[in-house]
Amino acid sequence: MAQRFHSAVREFISENFLFRADADIADSQSLLEGGIIDSTGVLELIAFLEATYGITIADEEIIPENLDSIENMISYLARKLPVAA
Amino acid sequence: MRIEARLGNSVERFAEKTAVVAGESRLSYADIDDRSGSLAAALATMGVRPNDRIAFLLDNDGEAPVSFFGTWKAGAIACPLHPSMKAQKLAAIFSSIEPAAVITHVRYLPNVRAAIALAGRKMVVIATQAPSDFGGDHLRFEELLRRTPTVSLPQSLDDADLALLIHTSGSTGDPKGVMLTHANVDAACQSIISYLENTADEIVLSVLPLSFGYGITQLVTMVCVGGTLVLEKSFAFPRKIMDRLAEEKATGFPLVPAMGALIAGTKDLPEGFLPHLRYVTSAAAALPPVLSSRLQEILPQTKVFVMYGQTECLRVSYLSPEELAKRPTSVGKAIPGTRAFVVDEKGLPVTPGTIGELVVEGPHVMAGYWCDAATVLQELRTADRERRLLTGDLFRTDEEDFLYFVSRKDDIIKTRGEKVSPQEVERVLYALHGVREAAVTGVEDPVFGQVVRAHVALEEGRQLSERDVIRHCAQYLEDYMVPKSVEFREALPRTTTGKIRMSAGVEAEPQLENAV
Repeated sequence: MAQRFHSAVREFISENFLFRADADIADSQSLLEGGIIDSTGVLELIAFLEATYGITIADEEIIPENLDSIENMISYLARKLPVAA
Repeated sequence: MRIEARLGNSVERFAEKTAVVAGESRLSYADIDDRSGSLAAALATMGVRPNDRIAFLLDNDGEAPVSFFGTWKAGAIACPLHPSMKAQKLAAIFSSIEPAAVITHVRYLPNVRAAIALAGRKMVVIATQAPSDFGGDHLRFEELLRRTPTVSLPQSLDDADLALLIHTSGSTGDPKGVMLTHANVDAACQSIISYLENTADEIVLSVLPLSFGYGITQLVTMVCVGGTLVLEKSFAFPRKIMDRLAEEKATGFPLVPAMGALIAGTKDLPEGFLPHLRYVTSAAAALPPVLSSRLQEILPQTKVFVMYGQTECLRVSYLSPEELAKRPTSVGKAIPGTRAFVVDEKGLPVTPGTIGELVVEGPHVMAGYWCDAATVLQELRTADRERRLLTGDLFRTDEEDFLYFVSRKDDIIKTRGEKVSPQEVERVLYALHGVREAAVTGVEDPVFGQVVRAHVALEEGRQLSERDVIRHCAQYLEDYMVPKSVEFREALPRTTTGKIRMSAGVEAEPQLENAV
């Protein structure tokens, strides 16, 4: 279940980026449209995901569909790291 | 010529052609003309007069071009501000420029309201993309465009009047308002058009903010030639922008070196990728030769223009693409119709190879820095049209008069192509309870050129973490000015006169224990 990634991802976003915004954000909110992350932020986010989950994120995976909201990130991680059967 | 007159010419020739693409919306020249005309009429109806200032806090949305041209048609001065500017700084700028109105995306509305309250001024607030039930006494941009005008627009406006007031970081820590007349902007843009050979077939995709000279010149040059400007809001997802360039068949793509570094680092780009792309330009910071050659390798059919500019005249020089392989570290020569040369301390030209300050002369050089409305408007009437701009940048030339950047005269940091004043950041650091000493430097970074680093000595017994310091800075500074890292020291090094002396090269001392 994707939920296993939820708390760590949310905590990273709120620790590192949310203090720039006034309010909390919904899981489905676009981080870019909300002015929450910029290009530096995306690089920091990638470094965090790679280090935390031991994955390598390919250039073609660095797209809004995978990384632009908490929801997108956790489903991306779930596809990337399927639970061992 | 005034810039809105350039729009008028293009409307006559290309009324139905797409002028601006922003997200889902595609605006023709006629659309931009109609909407900016309606906005100008609405501004005039609410009492906006020629030379009044209109502040913008806008992203790269379709409303931004309409706001610029609407402001100019009303005879007013466009003051585009960085949308991530925080309330305190915004309030200081509002007090200085006394805007008649502010046009803001609804997202920045709370910040704008806080700034207006701090400044204690009255001004009309116009919000873009605000839901109709969004509370407050703002006017809705979309609604203003539908109103029937009740007054006529000012006629026979002068191109010696100000078109733009752009705030940039000054070495003293206070932002400086750069005043550019319509004639200045037009001169710079006509010169740029001539060397980039822009025509009505051009399709430029720009992620550069329209609060920034390099972004604004994309809009104005495209409108002048009847081309198309595709606006994107960010380069955070480079692949998405690569796809957009292909979809829109973009022929021109302006970069800052940080974007060039991200593209150069992208693996597996397909062969023959971006066949329509005629040129890329790089400005706002030095493009390392390794990046320009990599870009040329990825895009063999595309011309790479290395350029150098300053808000104070928009563009200073460019290197002709044919010279790039031969002189990869040069920023070329003065743009057509202008002069740029290196002088000594007496202001006299130096011989090739000698380091001196770069000065710029020509019809694109600004009218001066904003002080207050009355003085400025008086001075503009009497000023000598062409002045010499001292760039504050140290340069040298080679035997064939090509220009080479050496360093800044002051300690301004360039990160992601934006200028950051260390003093401005230090002032914010000193306001944090527990900070005894603070200094800010730029640390070399392969992608961003430099990144901002804070060096802090705490008061005894105080405990602050890196996160605490960054969080504090983010409340007061634009995003790009916020330090990326914080180094804690027991004391900061000082010169014999007691001034804190911190250079990026200073060997880091071990992290201290009170840095939690």
